[in-house]
Amino acid sequence: MQIKESSSVYDAIIVGSGAGGGMSAKVLADAGLKIAVVEAGPFFDPADPEQTTQLKWPYESPRRGASTIRAFGEFDMAYGGWEIEGEPYTRKDGTKFDWFRSHMLGGRTNHWGRISLRFGPKDFKHKDVDGLGDNWPIGYEDVKPFYDKVDKLIGVFGTNEGLPNDPDGFFLPPPKPRLHELVYIKGARKSNIPVIPSRMSMLTKKINNDRGVCFYCGQCSRSCQVYADFSAGSCLIFPAQKSGGQIDLYVNSVVREVTTNEEGKATGVSYISKDDRKEYKLKGKVVVLAASACSSARILLNSKSKQHPNGLGNSSNIVGKYLHDSTGSSRAGFIPGLMNRKVYNEDGVGGMHVYTPWWLDNKNLDFPRGYHIEIWGGMGMPNYGFGFNPNEFNKFFGLTTGGYGESLRKDVKKYYGSVLGFGGRGEAIAREDNYCEIDPTTVDQFGIPVLRFNYKWSNFERNQARHMQSTFEELIHNMGGEVLGDTPSKEEDYGLLAPGRIIHEVGTTRMGNDPKNSVVNKFQQLHDVNNVFITDAGPFVSQGDKNCTWTILALSWRTSDYIVEQLKQQNI
Amino acid sequence: MDRRKSIKSILLGTVAGGLVVHGCKPEAESAVETAAVKSGENNFGRTPEEKEIIEKLNSEQFFNEHELVTIAVLSNLIMPPNDKFGGATDAGVPEFIEFMAKDIPELQTNLRGGLMWLDHKSNTDFGAEFKSVVEEQQKQILDLIAFYDSEIPMDKQPLEIQFFSLMRNLTLTGYYTSKIGIEDLGYKGNMPNVWDGVPEDVLQQHGLSYDEEWLSKCVDQSKRAVIAEWDDEGNLLT
Repeated sequence: MQIKESSSVYDAIIVGSGAGGGMSAKVLADAGLKIAVVEAGPFFDPADPEQTTQLKWPYESPRRGASTIRAFGEFDMAYGGWEIEGEPYTRKDGTKFDWFRSHMLGGRTNHWGRISLRFGPKDFKHKDVDGLGDNWPIGYEDVKPFYDKVDKLIGVFGTNEGLPNDPDGFFLPPPKPRLHELVYIKGARKSNIPVIPSRMSMLTKKINNDRGVCFYCGQCSRSCQVYADFSAGSCLIFPAQKSGGQIDLYVNSVVREVTTNEEGKATGVSYISKDDRKEYKLKGKVVVLAASACSSARILLNSKSKQHPNGLGNSSNIVGKYLHDSTGSSRAGFIPGLMNRKVYNEDGVGGMHVYTPWWLDNKNLDFPRGYHIEIWGGMGMPNYGFGFNPNEFNKFFGLTTGGYGESLRKDVKKYYGSVLGFGGRGEAIAREDNYCEIDPTTVDQFGIPVLRFNYKWSNFERNQARHMQSTFEELIHNMGGEVLGDTPSKEEDYGLLAPGRIIHEVGTTRMGNDPKNSVVNKFQQLHDVNNVFITDAGPFVSQGDKNCTWTILALSWRTSDYIVEQLKQQNI
Repeated sequence: MDRRKSIKSILLGTVAGGLVVHGCKPEAESAVETAAVKSGENNFGRTPEEKEIIEKLNSEQFFNEHELVTIAVLSNLIMPPNDKFGGATDAGVPEFIEFMAKDIPELQTNLRGGLMWLDHKSNTDFGAEFKSVVEEQQKQILDLIAFYDSEIPMDKQPLEIQFFSLMRNLTLTGYYTSKIGIEDLGYKGNMPNVWDGVPEDVLQQHGLSYDEEWLSKCVDQSKRAVIAEWDDEGNLLT
């Protein structure tokens, strides 16, 4: 089989169309460059009636929204999941890493929680504070101008609170708290735990004439058909196309490797078309990898050549190393004060209207680094699972559980909206011995060698999870509630979820000034090859107790500006 | 034969007639009829591959006629119609359970075995299958298995209690995710609206209030259509 090669040469080829790739596409196309965006999944537009799941009712599905096919329920807007048929990954030595992939235009930004937190000054230099991990080669002041621009371009609601490590920004006004959130605020204050309005990228107010304003259906995980939430397709790629950008979209195209020439410079990419299962090549002056931290590492490791025998950009042997996900642990409580609720529409935005940023000093704790608290609850739309064990809470009142008949109706209404849950999301220390690598024994259905994960939590993360659990229990008691389930034991890692489960995996191509212990420089340019850049979360040195997307966007913009400048100066 | 049609004929045709012949209660008959009216039409953003999976499941049949009628009778005992709302069969619960048994095959043995248990018990105690005995007798059987000790994990409970718990869960989730059930519950969302805080009477009912300081930071919904502008410090001007 001959590989089909296109004759045109792009200024830049971007691999992946999520937050990082979408932003690169927008910035490079707006600068007038001719670019190709290569996406492994199909085209997706949340406004396409054939694709949208927003405002659908559970009874429109024969499985009523059950998660049999889509991991987060079948109205969730991520094509893909923890396991994808024909595209395996493997784990070594008892590793429990789980890898969530979403192959579609916009990637995981179509379903994500939209929690849009800037990293603070301390997050870039945390080694200075506790001696652990490494500092970034850049600081908050380098990224701040880009965070500001991202806020204004994409839109994020929140409030300026003047907190030292949770920086202010250019916020849209937040929505008012819901009832259970008021209960939470009251309960948290009893323990001096701060609560502030959430910072999330939905438009509570108009930001431009291309995108609609939030209409409060609470379904951002389904991707918004009026583009009132941030998804990379609807908010970055489509606008860039509309304003005349020269963007060729290659969908259903799985990149195998970055191609290089005799001098070792990148010449483009080769990809396999899912439509005809044939291999193609694209030529470009610059290659931008934004396929997700692990997928980009995989592409680099698979891009072996005479000049790059250890994989592209891997002379340091660091590609794939320092992989880390946020820590996560959850708990829920039954709040009797929220029983017998009057029913009204409180869908609000998708997710929480309030949250708790990290509030303690680790000096007094048995773990480094913090976590923030996300909360959920309320009278949501019934979906598969609603009504299971309908009167389980009777046990708290000494009443019988179970039964049948008309009384179940009363029980369901009595308890509707009376559960409040927490998710702690914290920072893990990046370690060289947590990594992904190529599994020499396994290929996917396209013949591309797959990733093998090696990952172990340490007691830092376990102790942090234990602290989350005791905090959650204290909060539930403060609210007059009953904690649901038993306190997770030491053997259960105190409820610490397996790495990968929070879907914030970062660090596989970390940035640094020293080419011996980092993969990219501070502009996310490979140390080894100056015309390859990485704009997903691979270059993260650490991740803070924040979600990674807003920083992916800011850094992608920064790197893309740098690419434009370097091309202009003919340095690459 | 098309699977959906076949289920329809099971519920509407021979079996519904059979129920009448066996002197079953008239409300059970009408409930069974409505159950066959409609389920998902696949127009909810499925990818071609996902559509195929649903079509394949729909072309298969797991429960036999007798089992389906028993499920209909049982689910209507769990969630009966009342003077305002239909019951489980009106809400399409038997079809939903048929689908889920194929969608999540791990459910199959428990469901099918439990239905056999039910008939065995009914035959032993009353000399007829569960679906054919009178409601009072049906309830006598359910009273033995419908209540559980919440201190014991469900998977450590006797099989018949596990079965009934699963049936109750599937019946309630099927009911409350149906049009009837959502109306019964009173859920008001899933439509464009403007969230502007908890209603005053609700705040009072729960003894809560908004902080003025907090409220002052929140969105002024009368200005939501005005394009956002900020000063250099990040203060919203519009």
